[in-house]
Amino acid sequence: MTTLPPPSAKKLGLVIDLDTCVGCHACVISCKGWNTENYGAPLSDQNAYSGTASGTFLNRVHSYEVQPPVLKDQPAAPAQLIHFPKSCLHCEDAPCVTVCPTGASYKRVEDGIVLVNEQDCIGCGLCAWACPYGARELDAKEGVMKKCTLCVDRIYNENLPEEDRQPACVRTCPAGARHFGDLGDENSDVSILVAERGGFDLMPEQGTKPVNKYLPPRPKDVEPEFDILAPYLEPIAEDGKGFVGWLDKALSALPGGAK
Amino acid sequence: MHPAPSVILFTTFSGMGFGLLFWLGIDATAPTGWVAFAFFAIAYIMAVGGLLASTFHLGHPERFLKAFSQWRSSWLSREGICAVATLLLMAAYGAGLVFLGTQWSILGWLGAIGALLTVFTTSMIYAQMNTVPRWKHWTTPALFLVLSIAGGALLSGRVSTAIPLLVIAGALQAFAWFHGDGRFNASGTTLKSATGLGHIGDVRAFEPPHTGTNYLMKEFIHVVGRKHAMNIRILALVLGFVVPVLLLLIAQGHVLGLIAVVSHIIGILALRWLFFAQAEHVVGLYYGQR
Repeated sequence: MTTLPPPSAKKLGLVIDLDTCVGCHACVISCKGWNTENYGAPLSDQNAYSGTASGTFLNRVHSYEVQPPVLKDQPAAPAQLIHFPKSCLHCEDAPCVTVCPTGASYKRVEDGIVLVNEQDCIGCGLCAWACPYGARELDAKEGVMKKCTLCVDRIYNENLPEEDRQPACVRTCPAGARHFGDLGDENSDVSILVAERGGFDLMPEQGTKPVNKYLPPRPKDVEPEFDILAPYLEPIAEDGKGFVGWLDKALSALPGGAK
Repeated sequence: MHPAPSVILFTTFSGMGFGLLFWLGIDATAPTGWVAFAFFAIAYIMAVGGLLASTFHLGHPERFLKAFSQWRSSWLSREGICAVATLLLMAAYGAGLVFLGTQWSILGWLGAIGALLTVFTTSMIYAQMNTVPRWKHWTTPALFLVLSIAGGALLSGRVSTAIPLLVIAGALQAFAWFHGDGRFNASGTTLKSATGLGHIGDVRAFEPPHTGTNYLMKEFIHVVGRKHAMNIRILALVLGFVVPVLLLLIAQGHVLGLIAVVSHIIGILALRWLFFAQAEHVVGLYYGQR
């Protein structure tokens, strides 16, 4: 049924730390690996070994340059490069679900995960049109819509060791920039993280109420007025002897000479 | 948005076909016999042909029956139901006119309402999209409806009705273009809100996730041909509305009528191409494009 269920108490989702992400794309690769071998149709590639390669991914990492404004009487702050992983945000008010004509798209009542039943998908692409985040991709080989499942086949999988019962992207992130948990529980680790770090929604004006949150980059340190290493790096020619010592003294004696 | 030929053909021909069915349904002096057969054949070829064309872009068209199930929430599902119901009602109504020479007016009126509902539900598939500010406006359903009944009036040879409807449709289209040009910027969705990084400073897309293209970029970011938009707008207005109105005013007759219809269809195809090609989806922002 593509009408949305009432908001669930449990809201499983991701918290992505834009301060910590180093842009290594390991989450992209582990996601593609797990989701090609497990739930649903594999994520196909087209012309993978050519100049026109393309393929289906459920998670992609963009990189943005942010230029802080130039303030009066201050040197221009350097631009920041921010890596930006993006996958399904498992929105509470998911527009992709309600547009589906077949009932293939649905939001789970028990934990809020948005999934596609691939046996019912006619591949019309309307859900991808409705998603403002680009979270859904129609697989060119299978003709069905693919999207992040929050690794629903890992997080409840009792055949896996307990530490592996989290989404592949979270498990693999070497920087600890991705966190998984229940954002409906205000005492959960992820909720506390969001509250402490000022986690925010993407495109709040679209009214989708995303469950996934993003943590902003921490403010950059203000550069000290002097370089603390400078004293150690100054040229030392006090013990100059011979020709170099004479040259040092002679040049220093000239008007305007250093030291 | 990618201007898929299947969807352009569908909205153009089905729109006119259902418009013609609307006029046949409410006609107090509807044609009978062979004349009725000709009109219904044209309407069904256009309406059904358009619907079939729209299935060409599906990944799994063989599962189409499932698409009738979600009418509670999905405009696409509602469209399918309205289209099939209208075609069935009008088939019975048309059979009465063609084979029995009798007019079951109630069926005709129900079918006419169904035809309008079909066009309206089609338009709402686009007008509901928050993600495409150009479409999310009352002009989208208004235009689909006016274009449909204007095209239907033209096809059914209602000269005195078609002329004012074509003038209204042309004016509304011009207004929709003019007003739609500013709606993406007015929507408030920017790269700053998309990334949530606007509080730091100006955001610029620095590196895309990959060197090649992908489904999202092919489907939602269409830049080729946008530079010709103004010329195509003028072409669509002239062929779609000005030429047919002038031809209808100058003289009557089947040959000139046919030229007017062909000119109108080319104009509508052009404006539907623009409807998709100029529609900018907010996901393009993530790629630093529109």
